[in-house]
Amino acid sequence: MTSWRRETIFELAFWLVPVAAFFLLPGYRVLGSQILIVALFALSLDLVLGYAGILTLGHAAFFGLGAYTAGLLAVHGWGEPLTGLVAGAAVAAIMGFAVSFLVVRGENLARLMVTLGVGLLLFEAANRAAFITGGVDGLSGVTMWKLFGVFPFDLSGRTAYVYSFVVLLLVFLFLRRLARSPFGLSLRGIRENRTRMPAIGVPVQRRLVAAFTLGAAIAGIAGALLAQTTQFVGLDTLGFGRSADTMIMLVLGGTGRLYGALVGTAVFMIAQDYLSGINPVYWQFWLGLLLVVFVFVARGGIMGAVERLRR
Amino acid sequence: MLGVLFDGIAYGSLLFLVSLGLSVTMGLMNFVNLAHGAFAMAGGFVCVIAMTRFGVPFLAALPLAFVITAVIGAILERLLYRRLYTADHLDQVLFSIGLTFMSIAAATYFFGSSQQPVRLPDFLRGQVRFLGADFGIYRLFLIGAVAALTTILGLLVARTRFGAQVRASVDDAQAARGLGINVDRVFSIAFALGSGLAGLGGALGIEVLGLDSGFPLKFMVYFLLVVVVGGAGTIVGPLVAALVLGVLDVAGKYYVPQVGAFVIYAAMVVLLIAFPMGIRGRRR
Repeated sequence: MTSWRRETIFELAFWLVPVAAFFLLPGYRVLGSQILIVALFALSLDLVLGYAGILTLGHAAFFGLGAYTAGLLAVHGWGEPLTGLVAGAAVAAIMGFAVSFLVVRGENLARLMVTLGVGLLLFEAANRAAFITGGVDGLSGVTMWKLFGVFPFDLSGRTAYVYSFVVLLLVFLFLRRLARSPFGLSLRGIRENRTRMPAIGVPVQRRLVAAFTLGAAIAGIAGALLAQTTQFVGLDTLGFGRSADTMIMLVLGGTGRLYGALVGTAVFMIAQDYLSGINPVYWQFWLGLLLVVFVFVARGGIMGAVERLRR
Repeated sequence: MLGVLFDGIAYGSLLFLVSLGLSVTMGLMNFVNLAHGAFAMAGGFVCVIAMTRFGVPFLAALPLAFVITAVIGAILERLLYRRLYTADHLDQVLFSIGLTFMSIAAATYFFGSSQQPVRLPDFLRGQVRFLGADFGIYRLFLIGAVAALTTILGLLVARTRFGAQVRASVDDAQAARGLGINVDRVFSIAFALGSGLAGLGGALGIEVLGLDSGFPLKFMVYFLLVVVVGGAGTIVGPLVAALVLGVLDVAGKYYVPQVGAFVIYAAMVVLLIAFPMGIRGRRR
């Protein structure tokens, strides 16, 4: 069997897992759709951090923007899901495009601070503008229309699960294609050696702006999905905690691999669902310990380990 | 107006005291340490425990906070930080976020998540009236203490052999090594000193900044900002940045309370746009 066919079988098997989970674990569809949505968000972070190598601590800003955009549209009478997604992506992309110019010109530390600052700025804005966003109480009263006019969003999470799954799959296929394109390769080149890429004719700034904007747009889609499927938008969608958690999920799974983002998210969220039910303080402690240990012994994450095993 | 300026300066000098250690970590070793606030929190808790459980007077608890936090810093530097000096920034960020999470969880476990009370001695409480404005005595004490410490540190860096070694290592670690300066040892000492100062700042700041288990994350941005805007590896840069930041923050909360922390974050983004390399320029 040639290696690409083996690859294909692995990928097919991987994507059958969420499909099987839908039928076999109907009680977990709500958690499942949350995992699918956060996985989409982690994918967008993988594009920015894993492929383009942009260190960001405020990626949740775009997630939250997408969520509030879709949520506010629905609250004010436009509950059509798909256009809501597009709107969320568009608003996040515009913000991402504007911020990207500040981000690409600095070095790591400056990038970290700018993304952190923009994230906090948006969080504080949403917190203070309670007359629009609901502030600390969150934005409730999000009523969605039926998907395609046929499938209602119900409490069991059926529509939400399938909807999130399809969006995730489509974005994933797009990103997989993108990662193998000259554009994706040039991003990896920039990550590995930023000074050499201009010498072979790559417009580094423009590539980074494009990657950051695209990452923001996808994060916006993920946020909009969360708003639509949970019919609620909380301030935590914009918070530093979400940015940090998602970064942990991505690194746990392995950066720059796309699948790492998916695997890391699933492992993280299932563990969180199980462990933080016991005691949230313990969860935070073990999470911190895991990170510290991880940095020393397990770079490359779960997918990195899998790759080493397969060699 | 005068009162706001005064409070802002007191607040800023605290930020400066805590951030100085971070400036060394970032300037000397180019290490992004998001866990610096945890040292300040440790100092605060040392002070609270010493005072409430062992009846140590406030002024004696302060040096205790300095020493214990410095020892914790030295141990962590030896065991963990040292291994990551050459790692990439993502690793450093992950490591220090992990450390921050652990410190928060540990503090919550032992002390709960409520604000810790501190009982100041009587002679540090109350206010004095001067030029038609009220000045808190504790804040006067704070400014005086930080001014004295800054003078000592300035002399340490400018006049002593150790100070010269620190300056040489910040300027060019490689050349400093070539001249026979033990840069690793210089950095260990500087790291311990910086942690101790953060601890002292945390203890002094209980009255002003507050102290609870969320402290490391709540003030992380402020400390980072002081260093990034002020430029790492100097004393004057962070001092100016901390004072400006302190005054801006207090003024923002006083004059436009409905906007709240928005002012400081907006100032941060604007400052970073205006001075991408810090007010005095960074060497790296």
